[in-house]
Amino acid sequence: MPDKSMSDWCSDGQRVPDGPRPSSGFSRRNVMIYGTLLVIALYYLFPLYVMIVTSLKGMPEIRIGNIFSPPVDITFQPWVKAWSSACTGLDCDGLSRGFWNSVRILIPSTILSVAIASINGYVLANWRFRGADLFFTILIIGAFIPYQVMIYPLVILLREMGLYGSLTGLVLVHTVFGMPILTLLFRNYFTSVPEELFRAARVDGAGFWQIYFQIMLPMSLPIIVVATILQVTGIWNDFLFGVIYTKPENYPMTVQLNNIVNSVRGVKEYNVNMAAALLTAGVPLIIYIASGKLFMRGITAGAVKG
Amino acid sequence: MTTNAPTRSGKPIRNLSARVATIPMVLTATVVFLGCSVWTVVYSFTRSGLMPRTSWVGLDQYERLWSSRRWLISIENLAIYSFLALTLSLLVGFLLAALLDQKIRYENTFRSILLYPFALSFVVTGLVWQWILNPEFGVQRFIRALGYDSFTFDPLYNPDIVIYGVLIAGLWQSSGLIMCLMLAGLRTIDDDIWKAARIDGIPTWKTYVFIIIPMMRSVLITTLVILGSSLIKLYDLILASTGGGPALASEIPAKYVYDMMFMNQNLGQAFAASTMMLLTVVVVIIPLAYLEFGRKRRHA
Repeated sequence: MPDKSMSDWCSDGQRVPDGPRPSSGFSRRNVMIYGTLLVIALYYLFPLYVMIVTSLKGMPEIRIGNIFSPPVDITFQPWVKAWSSACTGLDCDGLSRGFWNSVRILIPSTILSVAIASINGYVLANWRFRGADLFFTILIIGAFIPYQVMIYPLVILLREMGLYGSLTGLVLVHTVFGMPILTLLFRNYFTSVPEELFRAARVDGAGFWQIYFQIMLPMSLPIIVVATILQVTGIWNDFLFGVIYTKPENYPMTVQLNNIVNSVRGVKEYNVNMAAALLTAGVPLIIYIASGKLFMRGITAGAVKG
Repeated sequence: MTTNAPTRSGKPIRNLSARVATIPMVLTATVVFLGCSVWTVVYSFTRSGLMPRTSWVGLDQYERLWSSRRWLISIENLAIYSFLALTLSLLVGFLLAALLDQKIRYENTFRSILLYPFALSFVVTGLVWQWILNPEFGVQRFIRALGYDSFTFDPLYNPDIVIYGVLIAGLWQSSGLIMCLMLAGLRTIDDDIWKAARIDGIPTWKTYVFIIIPMMRSVLITTLVILGSSLIKLYDLILASTGGGPALASEIPAKYVYDMMFMNQNLGQAFAASTMMLLTVVVVIIPLAYLEFGRKRRHA
């Protein structure tokens, strides 16, 4: 299947060069390619650099110096303040609250959405009943509907269930909106599993859940990892659902970050803002660096497999 | 768990477990994706204010919408932004991918550097660029300090060009993803094609334009669909980088919907605006997606 190899190319980078390498290291062509790439790489790294150096400067230094210069007096004060005492509105307990809210949103949302999607994928691959494909089609089309269309009726639904403003409500929302892409991932994965395996288990008398837990689930570990990475970064970076479906005391980190930085009152402390931004970016960045190829496989698998 | 008895081969029983297991999917598809969308469209024909009401007003909300200056600005901004973001990110993404496809050393490192912004949230992206482009402290001041006193570069703070300023941030965040998709596309192309082109003495750029790119049609369409459906939802980035300002200069439809819904207590307007967004998707993206799916199915 070409799709499979497509997603792997970007993720693995194990491509074996089949031609001879250009012999001289300093050919005109090489200088141009590497030179261009270096400039581009610096451009992409530049904002991260600016964030880091700004977050380590004191405000006086920011006012005199320039945005590029490394800090003269390194101070971690902005980080401490961003974490524990920066103000959003009237509350001044820093981003730590948002961080823990995000963690409390992230863990159940990720587990629930991945679990449900893997069951969906299993059914769609192996236990197709009449109508199953119809629901799947609606699900996939639903992925293209702008969230704004569904936001308000969902507010009403959650309010009726008594979940509006609670973390549980937000977990459900993340599960719902993560479902199309994750279900697609799992469906494609389980479809590629040889059907003989499933048949053999059926012949041996294994039932729906038995086959799922004893055969399919253990086998799908790689795709579970990919799905988890996809969800963790997606949910952690979410802003819209967080601001709509939770109350201020439950706001996730991104919402709190925006409120700290774009709050109108008070003197702007750019160093604290940048430290706060880095703290918020920390989790997905760590995931990105730690997962490396898997992260790329996640996004391309989601994107390229249609 | 023995919810079924396979030996007695009850097909309806066997389906029962599967059906029970997909209740979440069925509910999501019918209640949320189908139900909620229809609900919003229906209520866009009402005079809902603070609360949804069923007092029908026909197309009044749409008339008001299209005579609202703010909505017109939003639409114009989205159109400009989408057009530029689509063309530029495809162009940049493709060039980057072609560059990385030259059998270079450290490909993984370069690729990781180009893709990391995609792991960051739009909020973080917006804030960083707001800071870099801040005329008082950022790039503008740096260049002025070098002696160019009249240098002006304040794209996020100048209403005439603010939407282009946001584009700088948006491209930085998402071009890595496009690069990755394009690279995946380039890697599906057989090396023999390159060899054949080389033997025929076709220049590299011509090979790309006339042979490789047409062969990447499928990836290009997929990328367009992905970009298109994310562009229409553009919200966080605007909010974090400009907040819709200066004045109304960088308003976009998603923000119009949010503000009408949760701040101005004008649900009818919000529903009409979001229905327009839905309509845009139906008209623009679904045909594209269908084109791609339809083609795949024919080949399968």
